[in-house]
Amino acid sequence: MARMTMIEAIRDAMDVVMSVNENVVVFGEDVGYFGGVFRCTQSLQEKHGKHRCFDAPINESGIVGTAIGMAVNGLRPCVEIQFADYMYPAYDQISQEASRIRYRSNGEFTVPMTVRMPTGGGIFGGQTHSQSPEALFTHICGIKTVVPSNPYDAKGLLIAAIEDDDPVIFLEPKRLYNGPFDGHHDRPIIPWSKHPLGETPDGHYTVPLGKAVIRRVGQDVTVLAYGTMVHVAEAATEETGVDAEIIDLRTLAPLDLDTIEESVRKTGRCVVVHEATRTSGYGAELSAIVQENCFYALEAPVTRVTGWDTPYPHAQEWAYFPGPARVGAALKRVMEAS
Amino acid sequence: MSDYQPLKLYVPEPEVRPGDEPDFSGVDIPKAGSVRRPEIDASPEEFRDLAYSIIRVLDRKANAVGPWADMLSDEEAIIGLTDMLRVRAYDARMLMAQRQGKTSFYMQCLGEEAIACAFRKALSPGDMNFPTYRQQGLLTSTDYPIIDMMNQVYSNESDPLKGRQLPIMYSSKEYGFFSVSGNLATQFVQAVGWAMASAIKGDTKIAAGWIGDGSTAESDFHSSMVFASTYRAPVVLNIVNNQWAISTFQGIAKGDSATFAARGHGFGMPSLRVDGNDYLAVYAVAKWAIERARRNLGPTLIEYVTYRSGPHSTSDDPSAYRPKEESDAWPLGDPIERLKNHLIARDAWSEDRHVQTKARLESEILQAQKEAEKHGTLHSGGAPSTRDMFEGVYKEMPEHLRRQRQEAGV
Repeated sequence: MARMTMIEAIRDAMDVVMSVNENVVVFGEDVGYFGGVFRCTQSLQEKHGKHRCFDAPINESGIVGTAIGMAVNGLRPCVEIQFADYMYPAYDQISQEASRIRYRSNGEFTVPMTVRMPTGGGIFGGQTHSQSPEALFTHICGIKTVVPSNPYDAKGLLIAAIEDDDPVIFLEPKRLYNGPFDGHHDRPIIPWSKHPLGETPDGHYTVPLGKAVIRRVGQDVTVLAYGTMVHVAEAATEETGVDAEIIDLRTLAPLDLDTIEESVRKTGRCVVVHEATRTSGYGAELSAIVQENCFYALEAPVTRVTGWDTPYPHAQEWAYFPGPARVGAALKRVMEAS
Repeated sequence: MSDYQPLKLYVPEPEVRPGDEPDFSGVDIPKAGSVRRPEIDASPEEFRDLAYSIIRVLDRKANAVGPWADMLSDEEAIIGLTDMLRVRAYDARMLMAQRQGKTSFYMQCLGEEAIACAFRKALSPGDMNFPTYRQQGLLTSTDYPIIDMMNQVYSNESDPLKGRQLPIMYSSKEYGFFSVSGNLATQFVQAVGWAMASAIKGDTKIAAGWIGDGSTAESDFHSSMVFASTYRAPVVLNIVNNQWAISTFQGIAKGDSATFAARGHGFGMPSLRVDGNDYLAVYAVAKWAIERARRNLGPTLIEYVTYRSGPHSTSDDPSAYRPKEESDAWPLGDPIERLKNHLIARDAWSEDRHVQTKARLESEILQAQKEAEKHGTLHSGGAPSTRDMFEGVYKEMPEHLRRQRQEAGV
C-alpha cells in the first residue's frame, strides 16, 4: 500500500499493465519523453521503451485513429487526449469507428483501446480546458465511459479499462489530480495523503467497470454523482445534515442500474449532480431512468444540480461550478417536497 | 483610394457537362514504358517527378514494355484476367439483383477492376487491407466464398455480418479485408495504426490503406500522412483516383494544380502515379511499394489513375452531371480488354478462351446466386434474427441492453 495522488495512481496503473502485458502501448501529445502535461505518463518511456510510450503529433483524430488500427492488430493502446476539450477532432473515430467495429464485423475485429482525457473545471482553465463532455460519449453505443473520483478507484478502474475488450473513455477529473476537492475553493487544498482513498495498493488490482459504489449510506435522499461532484455532495450532506445516500457511479456507461434503483426505492428522493451543462446532459438520462423505474417510490421530483448552460467561463468559474451550497439547497428542496 | 479590385472566389469546374463532347485532352498520358523504376531503397528525393507522370506497362499495341514490365508469368497474368472477369460478372449479377428488389443497395467497381485484383496478388498472407466500398476485387480474387459476399449483400440468414451492415460493407479478418466502414477516409489512418502495431510488435506484416480521390480532402487523409511519415509505418497508402466523387469532379478535392500523388511530397514520402487500368503496371507498382514497406523502408503513396465507368452507387444517375459518352472516351481504356489483348499478343490467350472463361465465370456466379438466395434475400426468405440486433454491441451484453431486448419482445 502507498499513499498516492490520482496522477500517481493513474501512472502506476499504466506502469503495472505495461509490465505484465507487452501489448499495452501508451502515446499522446507530450506523453513520451516529457511524461504528459499533467505528468501522468512520467518515466513510462524510460522504463518501457520509446516504442511503447511515445509522443504523438498534435492530431487527436490521428491519435485515436491509429490507436484503433493498433487495437485491431492485437495491441492494447491507452492513449491520452491532453484535455477532454480537445477530443472533438477524434469524435468521429470514437463515435463512428471504435464503437461499432465489433458490431459491424460480427466480432471479427475488436478495439480494446482506452482513451484517457482530463475533464472538468475548477482550475481556471476557461472554456477550452474545463469541459465535461461525458454525455457525448454515453450517447454512443459500443463504448464504455468511466469517471473515477479518487486514486484507489482511478488505478483499479484504469487497469480494468485497459484490460477490457471494448473501447473505454476514461475521464479524469483534473481538479482531483492532486487532492479531493469538495467545491470550497476558498479553503486550503487537502492532499490525497490525508484522504483514505489516497491509500492505493501496490501492483495489480481492478475495480470492475459497470459497478457503482455507495460512498455514504443514508435514508432520506439518493444523490447520484461522479468524479469531483462526489466530494461536493459529501460536503453538502455534511453541511445540511440531510441523511443522503451518495452513490458514486464510477462507470456511466454501462450504468449500474440495480444500485441506483434499489437506493431510490429506499429513500424515495433523488438529486442528480454533475458539472457539465444541464440540457441533454447525462443528468437527463439519470433523471429519466429514475422516473421510469422508480416513479411510484418517489416523494419529490428528481432534481438536477449542474453547470449552467453557458460555455465554461474564466472569471466566473465559481459562479458556474455547482458547489456545495447549490447541492445543499437542492437537498433541502427535495426534503421539503411532500 | 484603393487600387485593389474586389476579390472573386474561384470554383473549379470540370471541362465538360452533359451534352458536351467528352474531353480528356487535359489528361497528360506518357508513353508506356517511359517512366523509370527506382530502386526500392532510393531516396524519395530522387524520384519526385514520378508523382507527376503515369507508370504504364501496356502500350497501345498491347505489348508490355519498359522497366516495370515482365513481372508476371503467362499463368499469373491469366489468373489476373480471370479475377477481373469474375468481379465484373459478380458486379453485374448483384446490380441486377438490386434492380430486382432483392437488396437495398449496390456498388460496382466497373472499370476499376485491375486495381484491387492486381494489388491483392502482390500481398502476402497476414497483410491487412483497410478498403473502401469499391475494393471488392480484394476479396473476389482470393478463394473467399462468393456466396458469403452475396449473403452479405442480401442480409439473409447466412449473412456473416448478421444483417447489421449495408450491402457490400464486407469484413473478413482471415482474408485480410478490414470491415468496410461507409464513413469515408476513417480507415486510412487506421491502416497506418495497424502498420505501426506491426512494427511495434516486430512483425513482418504490412498494411494497405485505401481511399478515393474525393475523400483525400478529409482531414483523416492528412492525419494518415502525418503519422505514416513520422513513424515510417510499413503501410502502402492507395488513392484510387476514378475522377468522380458521386457528382463532384476530382478538381474539387485538389484544385487544378498538382496531382493527388504529389500530396506525398510535403511528407517526404515516395509518391507514385500509375495507370490504374493497366493490370501489369498496378501489380508492378504494388509489388515495389509492398516490398519497400516490408523491408522497413516506410510508407509509399500511390495514385491509381482510373475512371469510374458506372454510377457511384445504385442510388446515383451520372447522366445528370457528366456526358454519357465520357466513359468510352476515357483514354486509358478498359482494364479487361487491355490485359486480354496483351495475353493474345503474347500467344497465351485467345478470343475463344476468353468467351469460354467469361461464360464459365458467369455461370459460377449464377450458381452461387441461386445457392445464396436459398438463404433469403433482403425482403423475403431467411433473415437474421431480431435477437441478433442486440448482440455484439459489447463483448458482454450490459443490463440496459438486456432490458431493451426484453422490451422488444425477443
